[in-house]
Amino acid sequence: MSVLSSPVRADDAVHALREGRRARRPRRRRTGSHLFLAFLVLYFVLPLWFLIVASTKSPGGLFNSPNGALWFGEEFALFDNLSTLFTYNDGIYLRWLGNSLLYAFGGGIGATVLAVLAGYAFAKFDFPGRRISFALLLGAVMVPMTALVIPTFVMLSEVELTNTAWAVILPSMLSPFGVYLMRVYTADGVPDELLDAARMDGAGEFRTFFQVALPLMRPAIVTVLLLSVVGTWNNYFLPLAVLSDSELFPITVGINLWQGLAGANNGGGVSLYTLIVVGSLVSIIPLIAAFLGLQRYWQGGLSIGSLK
Amino acid sequence: MATLDTAPRPVSPAAGATSATGRRGTRRRKRRGNGLVGWLFLAPFAVVFLLFLVGPLLYAFYLSLFTNGLATGEEFAGLANYSRAFTDPAFLSGVWFVVRFAVLVIPAQMLVALLAALVLDSLTTRFAKFSRLMIFVPYAIPAVIGAVLWGFLYSPNFGPLEQLFGESAPFLLSPDNLFYGLTNVVTWQWAGYYMIIIYAALQGIDPAIYEAARMDGAKAWQIATRIKIPMISSALVLILVFAVIGTLQFFTEPQVLLPISNGSITTDITPNVYAFNLAFRFAQFNYASAISFALGIVVFIGVYIFLFLTRKRGGFLK
Repeated sequence: MSVLSSPVRADDAVHALREGRRARRPRRRRTGSHLFLAFLVLYFVLPLWFLIVASTKSPGGLFNSPNGALWFGEEFALFDNLSTLFTYNDGIYLRWLGNSLLYAFGGGIGATVLAVLAGYAFAKFDFPGRRISFALLLGAVMVPMTALVIPTFVMLSEVELTNTAWAVILPSMLSPFGVYLMRVYTADGVPDELLDAARMDGAGEFRTFFQVALPLMRPAIVTVLLLSVVGTWNNYFLPLAVLSDSELFPITVGINLWQGLAGANNGGGVSLYTLIVVGSLVSIIPLIAAFLGLQRYWQGGLSIGSLK
Repeated sequence: MATLDTAPRPVSPAAGATSATGRRGTRRRKRRGNGLVGWLFLAPFAVVFLLFLVGPLLYAFYLSLFTNGLATGEEFAGLANYSRAFTDPAFLSGVWFVVRFAVLVIPAQMLVALLAALVLDSLTTRFAKFSRLMIFVPYAIPAVIGAVLWGFLYSPNFGPLEQLFGESAPFLLSPDNLFYGLTNVVTWQWAGYYMIIIYAALQGIDPAIYEAARMDGAKAWQIATRIKIPMISSALVLILVFAVIGTLQFFTEPQVLLPISNGSITTDITPNVYAFNLAFRFAQFNYASAISFALGIVVFIGVYIFLFLTRKRGGFLK
């Protein structure tokens, strides 16, 4: 992977490559390809479209809309729905949103820091036990994480850590695949010559790491951070198992709680279906915004593990 | 300190060439490094690895060796929980379900992802760029929310199917349709992520190769099947591994859709759903641990064998 082996910014190189390609490609209208894409876009956007439309409907309109489920009703109740969402049950929804942020960033940043350090160690040092440690790491990538949930719960309950934020954050800091990505990227993206030059100039190991290696690892760091934040934000099994106090729930477990109650008509006069719909819409906005804003990082970064 | 200050500056191509050819020299230099420093960098991860991966695995195995009855208390039972699991129709039907499900859903999502990536790679229009993002969007949506949304869309009360088909609208979570209903949710959730990985790999291929093939008279579909797909085989292997690991531990979607499925999703539909319900509904932590551990081992061995067989293409176990 020559793009990654020089310290020139990887995305610049990819960009240059694409530019060259565009010039060479004959400009033809590809109607069939575009129709195929349009069909795919419709399919992938359909549930989101439904969500946006449904969020604007009053509780009654959700079930009985004159224009059907996929088009706006006569009234526009989005703001009413939002204020119900944020005040229902003393604003429990905002708590869930805050919890999700705390768990995702706590677990995600933790996982990224550990992955950067460990990936650097695997890529740039020859320490005793390196080969066996790396073999263990590769094995760990293949262990299904949900198989660990129930024993983790029993373990945490013995040290009385269940039903605390730590019960979600600490296990989320484990990311063997993140370490693997950092190692693959660092091996080529941080040239040994630069590190040796820094050492020869008298920089200690930690100064070499922070001032020379770390800046070069940035594209991979953003990717691993994004992947682990998303992983924790979207996690459902672990918080469902280790948390029992609804004040501590992240948004995924909270929405699921409402869905269970809605089926049993247990909203106490409030339409829980409306809350679920509007709550889902609000909860997916932060991550979608993050992905759109950080495009140039993750689009190149996601290929790190597969290009060799 | 001059080197330190100029470090982030792009290095001349000559220096890049040295790094490629000087592999052997590099290794020699690396070995000279102090072994302790490497461990210092690795230590924080190693601690978390031991506490939250090795620990739970060993503990699950330990728990699985005991039984816990109300009258008898905790008793050592050897491998009795495992022999119970492998004769328990609920566990076996769950395993059979996820295996059948994997056979249907993995080709479905990989085919969608591959076709989308090949089409996107051949286009440079603004619409193609927009499509790429829209196809990827479901990855940013939690599986719980995705399942809830599709649950609404499938719902006979306010979903669009009723309005399209009237009384004869198919309920996609009925026992007959469940398989397809779930396949659709999972494909929607993951195909975009796989598409992005394949797309990134395709973008990494040197376009000069296509140029050469075109001069030799290759058609577009020949370039796709004979050049593009073989050259991204390591990305495909990686995705396949992710998909297998993910599908065998299928949990979120059936667990979320269970209450609205009118009973066609049972509490033992997949091994993970079964283990969860054993543990948190019936407090059978020992037996649930045995099922978790058995599932983990089965998945691990299966994936390891697969990676070993494809090691020439995958590059993962090198």
